[in-house]
Amino acid sequence: MNAPGKIDPAVRNFQINFGPQHPAAHGVLRLILELDGEIVERVDPHIGLLHRGTEKLIEAKTYLQAVPYFDRLDYVAPMNQEHAFCLGIERLLDIEVPRRGQLIRVLYSEIGRILSHMLNVTTQALDVGALTPPLWGFEEREKLMVFYERASGSRMHAAYFRPGGVHQDLPRALVEDILAWTHTFPAFMDDLEGLLTDNRIFKQRNVDIGIVSLEDAWAWGFSGVMVRGSGAKWDLRRSQPYECYDELDFSIPIGKNCDNYDRYCIRMEEMRQSAYIMQQCCERLLKETGPVSAVDNKIVPPKRGEMKRSMESLIHHFKLYTEGFHVPAGEVYAAVEAPKGEFGVYLVADGTNKPYRCKIRAPGFAHLQAMDFLCRGYMLADVSAILGSLDIVFGEVDR
Amino acid sequence: MDETLKELGAHVQEALPDAIGEVVVAHGELTLVADAAQVIRVLTFLRDDPSSRFVSFIDVCGVDYPKREKRFDVVYHLMSPTLNARVRIKVATDETTPVASATPVFPGAFWFEREAFDMYGILFSGHPELRRILTDYGFDGYPLRKDFPTTGFVEVRYDDERKRVVYEPVKLAQEFRNFDFLSPWEGPEYVLPGDEKATGPKAG
Repeated sequence: MNAPGKIDPAVRNFQINFGPQHPAAHGVLRLILELDGEIVERVDPHIGLLHRGTEKLIEAKTYLQAVPYFDRLDYVAPMNQEHAFCLGIERLLDIEVPRRGQLIRVLYSEIGRILSHMLNVTTQALDVGALTPPLWGFEEREKLMVFYERASGSRMHAAYFRPGGVHQDLPRALVEDILAWTHTFPAFMDDLEGLLTDNRIFKQRNVDIGIVSLEDAWAWGFSGVMVRGSGAKWDLRRSQPYECYDELDFSIPIGKNCDNYDRYCIRMEEMRQSAYIMQQCCERLLKETGPVSAVDNKIVPPKRGEMKRSMESLIHHFKLYTEGFHVPAGEVYAAVEAPKGEFGVYLVADGTNKPYRCKIRAPGFAHLQAMDFLCRGYMLADVSAILGSLDIVFGEVDR
Repeated sequence: MDETLKELGAHVQEALPDAIGEVVVAHGELTLVADAAQVIRVLTFLRDDPSSRFVSFIDVCGVDYPKREKRFDVVYHLMSPTLNARVRIKVATDETTPVASATPVFPGAFWFEREAFDMYGILFSGHPELRRILTDYGFDGYPLRKDFPTTGFVEVRYDDERKRVVYEPVKLAQEFRNFDFLSPWEGPEYVLPGDEKATGPKAG
């Protein structure tokens, strides 16, 4: 290193563009990196390349029409997003989701969690040089997406959670198949862990990289795995339970080294826990029966079969699919523990059939803004490892 | 739950009587309406007060009410992992009056304030880098304001002759249809299309 005063004017910091088409950028992220040799001096993420104006569009749609926009935010775990929006509406309307509806919601939220964590863990491994995990992981994801499709008709953009419950009941065969899958999953996880957990290269790239203290994590707006990796016993499913999470048995892994590797371990354990939650849901769904959505016909549209036979149902059906339901004026902030962290919806209703304001608080947005803070002083190669560990999906960051 | 929130609201109001205007508890959530000039004091108090410890920064966003004199609300959401509670702080401002940036208190406000500036044109004084974030490079206007049309003003396409992306005024093959399904006999405050003929001067 040059002593001060002897700086060679020909040596200067190097600025490079990382992305927007870099495979390790996990989408359309453009990072301007200022490098001193291989040391990162400054990171300036440029986002917004996938901005679609979701919040503006939602203001022009009725509440029910706005649901599918949420699938398109974090498109790796679509139903978890819908969930927050539905919870917000339900709080404003003061309606209760029946138990079976809650169980189905929990079941599919946990499928979403595995979908997201599986993508994240395996592609982060890809970013640091492992090719096999994504190939193995995507096979399991494919099975889960089939479960999505069998429930909602769509592999990704489900629009299955509706205000008041879920759209349709699950066929018994589907619940049985999901239950059977949860029994095969732990063995798969053992295989995947065999590839990564003790892998020398994977550890060299992740241990002690991307360290963030708990205090910083809270102040930067981190949530989910990012605070649990820093040692906070904080999971909205436990601490502010929604649906029937308080009746289900699961444990929350936390890290203590605050680095990429701890976050990887947490995600792996959360997937196992999710499968366990799914198992409990399936067992209860096989035993218990009941409606899957609220029975208030002024909010939940009647089933198509009823609509063909009953005049009243026909009227409700017509009114709810054209005008939609009116939500009393007020404001709520509803949050769920999405796979990536706290996904919140701040909903301002003005008494009409359309949201006045719908602010989407995406966890990835808060995590990505800390890139500069997290990467400063690390090497160039660590940028992609840290980025992978933040679990970024551009659908939700750019909205 | 509501009781604890009310107590918490009263506690904050007691500590900062001149900064907190109104304390509302609705839908199980605590809302503090604060004076815009003192928002930093409120945020710092909530973060540092040993009995509340709202250390987790959640969100800053704008809301637009074009009919009001101070048309924007800036809404802060904080969470306290210690109390397991959330709080919302609302301050009002207009297009020209800046609100003090929360970045010195919570570094996490950095991008959220940039977003509020980008979407609404709300100014934050003392923000380290208040520039656009989500919209295109060189974008003009504030898209989430209620007077900004959903269709926008410009569209982009790749021009094969000039070999680059060009910006053109937006051309719609069909006019943007903002469906209004409000029931006509439940009191919409406007004249339905065609109704103006009934009262207007007779044609011909």
